[in-house]
Amino acid sequence: MAKHIIIDPVTRIEGHSKITIFLNDQGKVENAQFHVTQFRGFEKFVEGRPFQEMPSLTARTCGICPVSHLMAASKACDDIMAVRIPATAAKLRRVLNLAQMVQSHALSFFHLSSPDFLLGMDSDPVARNILGVAAKFPELAQDGIWLRKFGQQVIERMTGKRVHPAWVVPGGVSKPLSAEVRDQILADVPKALTIARRTLEWFKPAIKKFEEEISTFANFPSLFLGLVTPDGSLEHYDGFMRIVDSNRKIIADKLESSAYAHHIGEAVEPFSYLKSPFFKPLGYPGGMYRVGPLARLNVCDRCGTPLADRELAEFRKLQEGAVLSSFHYHYARLIEIVYGIERLSELLGSSDILSTQVRAVANPNKSEGVGVSEAPRGTLIHHYRIDPDGLVTWANLIIATGHNNLAMNRGITQAAKHFVTGKKIAEGALNRVEAVIRCYDPCLSCSTHALGQMPLQVQLRDVEGTVLDEQLRE
Amino acid sequence: MSTAIITFIIDGRDVSAREGQTILDVARENDIPIPTLCSLQGLHPVGACRVCLVEIKNTPKLLPACVTRPSEGMEVITDSERLRQYRKTITEMLFSERNHVCAVCVSNGHCELQSMAENLGVTHVRVPYLYPRLPVDATHARFTVDHNRCILCSRCVRVCDEVEGAHTWDMQGRGVDCRVITDLKQPWGTSESCTSCGKCVHVCPTGALTEKGKAVAEMVKRTQFLPYLKTMRESWS
Repeated sequence: MAKHIIIDPVTRIEGHSKITIFLNDQGKVENAQFHVTQFRGFEKFVEGRPFQEMPSLTARTCGICPVSHLMAASKACDDIMAVRIPATAAKLRRVLNLAQMVQSHALSFFHLSSPDFLLGMDSDPVARNILGVAAKFPELAQDGIWLRKFGQQVIERMTGKRVHPAWVVPGGVSKPLSAEVRDQILADVPKALTIARRTLEWFKPAIKKFEEEISTFANFPSLFLGLVTPDGSLEHYDGFMRIVDSNRKIIADKLESSAYAHHIGEAVEPFSYLKSPFFKPLGYPGGMYRVGPLARLNVCDRCGTPLADRELAEFRKLQEGAVLSSFHYHYARLIEIVYGIERLSELLGSSDILSTQVRAVANPNKSEGVGVSEAPRGTLIHHYRIDPDGLVTWANLIIATGHNNLAMNRGITQAAKHFVTGKKIAEGALNRVEAVIRCYDPCLSCSTHALGQMPLQVQLRDVEGTVLDEQLRE
Repeated sequence: MSTAIITFIIDGRDVSAREGQTILDVARENDIPIPTLCSLQGLHPVGACRVCLVEIKNTPKLLPACVTRPSEGMEVITDSERLRQYRKTITEMLFSERNHVCAVCVSNGHCELQSMAENLGVTHVRVPYLYPRLPVDATHARFTVDHNRCILCSRCVRVCDEVEGAHTWDMQGRGVDCRVITDLKQPWGTSESCTSCGKCVHVCPTGALTEKGKAVAEMVKRTQFLPYLKTMRESWS
């Protein structure tokens, strides 16, 4: 008789979700489903609002990466105004976006995932958290906290506010950068870089202990989507969309953000509020692709900063073609932290960074606008239509975690098949299934544009749907 | 010609009022703070918002200081637990009646309703929100009216009528259906009487009337023009 296992709620992720593992008649794992159980409706309630409010309205989707929404939203508004924003404004937005990536990656790596690496996948779940890490590995915990603070402080120093700053506006930014703030940020850069490199040096040999996880944590061929600069370098703010296959062969390149709907379709599954985007030419679900740090490193030709490029060269040695295991999202995240710090310090050093010309002013000149940027978790797409008075009539938001939905489902199925045996869920196996989700650092509140906290629930069910075992994590 | 002087008491202090002055006028002259929302120097008082309610000894009702004239020997109390509770509740009801949502408002940080709530210690709204479905009128080339953020203080109506002389704005409907309207309840952009002077926008205490193109927290109102304009006009006439 076939059975189900349910993990509910999934822990140490951002948002609220549940996993169901289906067992077949032989008691072996047949399939697993990742249910995102929250719904919010942002796209609906922004209708009727002046388009200039969109950056701040959509930023409220998430308290962890409000800056990402500010980026995509303000770019969509720039598009509606049909302006090219001042060069300094674009640089300042870039710095802010990178700072947010550093803080978000630090949160994901140190606070949410490092307990698995440091204390072990099978360690006592009561202490398997950042406090447990702080007790046993105080230096590493301090590094993590400091690095996250660095990113958050850049945001606060530049915008006056750590969470939900209103500084990024349609047409640019509202205030120029002061020399004092620039110098404060630059003064912290060496320490941030030291920490990021120290963590990489520790993590690279440490992953050897996780061969089993690496081979089973969503380790399968898929497409990868990310932004690249016109010359193919790593890009987080602007540029073109590029899609590569599992051999890192470019199958679509220089895709204009405005044409995203031509390439990306969104499917709806009855078991989740999270939609499942797919690459249209390959259909559903064959057009499954991944986004985020791993995808960005697979997609780009180079990072474009010296230390990150050295790390990327080493990263590429993991595997011929694209690096396929989602376990390596963590590794990619650390490389991106190094890149982020290098790049933001480079941008802050540019001669026009203190220019006071930071905003283009215009009325709406187009009835539609699309903004695409890279959030820490992957490609973020905002698309709005407005009426002749500038009020939003329609909005579509495709959020990073959404792109990864198909791959997350595939990934937990793979891990469950490997680690889950029998009718009871062993704690370590449960944690590994959750850890697959954690690799993607999903932000479910963002991706469903939804409300709530993010614990996880896993259920084990038989063919009739009877719950055999259930694990709850708050 | 001598003006009648009235002597009365505010918060235990002896104060004097000239003829025609309200309790609020006298309190301001004597640096006694009374919170207000609809009142604005340079415009006629209407007693619309009720946050300036004061206690008057031997009078069971609370009276709005902005439209109540003092009488000889009257004893006024401007601050008490009862008044604080009333003012707080009134402010909460203003929030509950529309969809203010300060965090994403263009006037965030520069809003008189928000400051009022902060000063009165409003941390929660204890009455249910009505969540009305109200439109935004962005038909005017330069300005926007967002009924979600209107508290019906009527400053726009008064400044347009008394200072600009256009009387574009007016009130329509009763109770929760009451709205500010332009001309004969037509889109602002089609109003023939509106001179696009922008006075209504700058006297509006909240984010209801705003300049177009402002992002969140960017709409700073400038009301200082009003007393200057008033004084200049009085000296000419």
